[in-house]
Amino acid sequence: MTATGAAIVADNLRKTFGEVVAVDHISLEVPRGSVLGMLGVNGAGKTTMVRMLATVLKPDSGRAMVHGFDVVEHPQAVRRSIGLAGQSAAVDENLTGRENLVLVGRLTHLSKSTARQRADALLDQFGLADAGNRPVRTYSGGMRRRLDLGAALVAHPPVLFLDEPTTGLDPASRLDLWGVIETLVADGTTVLLTTQYLEEADRLADNIVVVDKGLIAAEGSAKQLKDRLGDTVIEFEFATSSVASSAAVALGSSVAAATIVRVVMSNGSVTLRDALNLLAAAEIVPSHVALREPTLDDVFLTLTHSSPIGGAAGATA
Amino acid sequence: MSVDVPRRNDGFVWAVRDTLAMIGRNLTVIRRVPQLLVFSFVQPLIFVFMFRYVFGGAIKVPGGSYVDYLMPGVFVQTVAFGAINTAIGLAEDKNKGLLERLQSLPMSRSAVLAGRVLADTIRNVLIVSLMLVVGTMVGFHTHTNALKVAAGVALMVLFGLALCWLFALIGLAVPNGEAAQAAAFPLFAPLVFASSAFVDPRTMPGWLRWWAERQPVSIAAKGVRALMLGGPQFPMDYVWASIAWSLGISAVLAPLAVRKFRRT
Repeated sequence: MTATGAAIVADNLRKTFGEVVAVDHISLEVPRGSVLGMLGVNGAGKTTMVRMLATVLKPDSGRAMVHGFDVVEHPQAVRRSIGLAGQSAAVDENLTGRENLVLVGRLTHLSKSTARQRADALLDQFGLADAGNRPVRTYSGGMRRRLDLGAALVAHPPVLFLDEPTTGLDPASRLDLWGVIETLVADGTTVLLTTQYLEEADRLADNIVVVDKGLIAAEGSAKQLKDRLGDTVIEFEFATSSVASSAAVALGSSVAAATIVRVVMSNGSVTLRDALNLLAAAEIVPSHVALREPTLDDVFLTLTHSSPIGGAAGATA
Repeated sequence: MSVDVPRRNDGFVWAVRDTLAMIGRNLTVIRRVPQLLVFSFVQPLIFVFMFRYVFGGAIKVPGGSYVDYLMPGVFVQTVAFGAINTAIGLAEDKNKGLLERLQSLPMSRSAVLAGRVLADTIRNVLIVSLMLVVGTMVGFHTHTNALKVAAGVALMVLFGLALCWLFALIGLAVPNGEAAQAAAFPLFAPLVFASSAFVDPRTMPGWLRWWAERQPVSIAAKGVRALMLGGPQFPMDYVWASIAWSLGISAVLAPLAVRKFRRT
């Protein structure tokens, strides 16, 4: 594991809470200016990982460097280089949006005037200028998240930790926030983002680690992860389950669910035409045909030992 | 995007500035949600009316009038109840994730707790001053000089500060504000009620009297009486004893609260 060029390096981090192993051992590296998406269900260890990297929690063992500083040896230097936002960071409900940002600025040791300027600039940037003098308790969920993200950006941190930044947001606010994050990344900020949403990781992250039970279950780009499952699936639906089972025999597959039969198109050995020809030869007419590209959901569910391909509805082609 | 290497020499100055910033933040709540202050004022007010007018006639205390005996007790009860705010404030900040944000900032580590405890102390001064006015309105008379009365206020605020550390510890240990409030009450029964705050412990059964005469709330109430009423009933010894209690409690619990904070 080399530290050069990496904004975040974690080497065998581990954290337990009593009997519970939150992070078993996780190593990762985030190159400067890139986005790492950390994907996992609740309790997978994502938040604990972020807390250790953001110097909020001390790791039991292992080492981590953020922006070149050791999180245990030089926590204050790390704190000067990072912003933390998302489900685990927050704003004060009784202060106005502007007061929240100024407070963070003051506690980041900016001068009073710089803190005020930053607050105004951020309120503008996040479309909160009009709401800046209202107490945060009057804000909508989306506004709070934007303010929260703004609070993480007060000191222009080169490294940003976003812990499930869009959890609980409506689709429009989510798109909004994604746009903001993309702008930050374009400006050179390194981002470590945790999420439960594969779509979010797919859209924002250069690299993805799938975390499960405190361990990394897989890592790579979204494309690499999808390639691991590889293949497009043809999904046939038939009028009755008995037709489906004869179709399954004809196709050399098995019935996936009541009236559904799936065929994996691996390495082009089975094409859609082949499959349709086989069905025609058996004089079976499907009632519905769909092509499913593997999604990150499939990767995720497979890796986290939930049900593999199938089950929930996928994309239809 | 370069980052300064930490400078250690101005650490103390920053600790003070950060603490002031946190005090300001904690006191803003009083301006934004004044109801909170009103409620913390209503409770001792009810006690004053209850003990002054409902039970007062039936309560005998040695020496002077009951209202003079009662009010210092109510003052001490007020600062003790005020300290619950420390527990609620910290528990809510933790619950809402605000402590986590503060812990990720390059601010002084001690400023979060110090800012909380000092803000609640200022709040206590405010409420106690109001209670002094209320006391005057219901017939409370101090029998010493202004300096001693001010020293009496200082004595109870110092005691309140000591209790703030206890409640800081509780606030950091519980998940949210409601739990903090629930955890606080069982402490108050033996501390505030089984005391000499409202009645003379000599009327209590022997085992309870033993406790009620020695525990810190009683000592603080007697110390305040010594400073505001004086007389042979309440020698200055209680003042020194109460100061010793307050400093002792702070000396033990403040480091424990700081340790707890660092591990939260």
